[in-house]
Amino acid sequence: MGRVSTKVIIVTGAAAGLGAAIAKRLTEEGATVIRTDIAAGEGIIRQDVADEAGWKALIAETMAKHGRIDGLVNNAGISSSKSPMDPEGAELEDWRRINTVNVESVFLGCKYAMPAIAKGGGGAIVNMSSIGALVPTPFIAAYGASKAAVAQFTRSLALHCCEKNYAIRCNSVHPGQVRTPMHDVLIARTAAEHGISAEDAAQAFLTKVPMKTWQEAVDIANAVLFLVSDEARFITGTAVIVDGGMSLTN
Amino acid sequence: MRLQGKVAIVTGAASGIGRATAVAFAREGARVGVTDINLAGAEATAAAIGEAALALRLDVTDEAAWAEATATTIKRFDKLDSLANVAGIGFPGTIMDLTIDHWNKMIAVNLTGVMLGCQAAIRAISETGGSGAIVNVSSLAGLVGISDVAGYCASKGGVTTLSKSVALYCAERRLPIRCVSVHPTYVDSEMLDPVADAIGNREAMVAAMASLVPMGRIAKPEDIANAILFAVSDEAAMLSGSPLIIDGAQLAGPSSAHTKG
Repeated sequence: MGRVSTKVIIVTGAAAGLGAAIAKRLTEEGATVIRTDIAAGEGIIRQDVADEAGWKALIAETMAKHGRIDGLVNNAGISSSKSPMDPEGAELEDWRRINTVNVESVFLGCKYAMPAIAKGGGGAIVNMSSIGALVPTPFIAAYGASKAAVAQFTRSLALHCCEKNYAIRCNSVHPGQVRTPMHDVLIARTAAEHGISAEDAAQAFLTKVPMKTWQEAVDIANAVLFLVSDEARFITGTAVIVDGGMSLTN
Repeated sequence: MRLQGKVAIVTGAASGIGRATAVAFAREGARVGVTDINLAGAEATAAAIGEAALALRLDVTDEAAWAEATATTIKRFDKLDSLANVAGIGFPGTIMDLTIDHWNKMIAVNLTGVMLGCQAAIRAISETGGSGAIVNVSSLAGLVGISDVAGYCASKGGVTTLSKSVALYCAERRLPIRCVSVHPTYVDSEMLDPVADAIGNREAMVAAMASLVPMGRIAKPEDIANAILFAVSDEAAMLSGSPLIIDGAQLAGPSSAHTKG
């Protein structure tokens, strides 16, 4: 018996990076995982998480096919834009795009999954936030603000579910520095902006992590697994920080 | 099994969270030093676990006793990987009601005991080539103030920041030891017995406490043990210095009651 056997769990942004690792780990522990992504991939349902109609359709299709939804992992997100990403240079269009993909999508996913999860007797929602919600991120201002919004919304959602007796636990997860395709883009950009090699830029990021090792995607996947499993049955409305100590020193 | 081949020490393991933690560790394959100041209670927990458990008397405020407990555990199980500092005591009282005797006892057991445990564990884990985590049980009272348990708040607040300091110490030296603080709300365990006796009605006390928790119940020792198990396991390899809050959303924010007249 896996730790999430019999559970039907939706994971967004599951084609690569954290989402792929989360989907794999949940599958290993027995869950039926519905993988969605805006990119194509094997076993991936195409979904633009910022599209409201798409969420309604996804929830309806999942209920029709599996009869229940026990969990939702709102993992899809973006961090970069074409314009500068500091507060002064950022363009409104890019600010809006990052907040649309990172925040509106989480709202929509929770809004439409909540009734379905409640109908089956409850479950868990995990929203992917970031260390960027905990420490200032002047070099990616919109991203940090969007992830702080996710963490705050998650706490409201948790209390709403308690007050409605939905038995749905809601928590945010805050990774530090995980080498994913998204992180590679950030490093490449930092290297270009400072005229240094990608390797030097990566090392500069790594010096910010007290444990001095990159996190693996599976480190985050394991935290998500714990939170969606029944072992975490009393944990709701909180933030789980998996960052190798980075939030202690930055 | 998630702690296969691992050796851990659990303090306060005669009852409540400590007992549930020792049982959870053993269930997942660990061999466990089951310690408590109440040796008979530790022996009862160890007997329930079987061969994977070693019962030891440990007064966590006694530095020499820590050296002996870690040495005895290593002698029996060859090494040490993790420590769960669960032992704790609580006396009610506002800042003005607090007696120096109660203050000193809470600081000694809840804070000094955790500090001595961290020192002993870092030494023992390093000397025996182990790897794992030190998990310190703090409280919601280690994150926010509660006016009628002032001394308890102070002792548990110390545990919160001590844990961060220990996490950084280990990270900076590349020791394979993480340090995590765990923050439960009310737990239905023997630790509430004196409060229940004072109130005279345990059911009413639990109901009153549950009414303050958005999830509508108080925690069970197993709820906290599950989080401690996650924190010491290799699954939490990058979790260090950060708090794990197990509170049924109590700290998430105020409820909507104020909008309902």
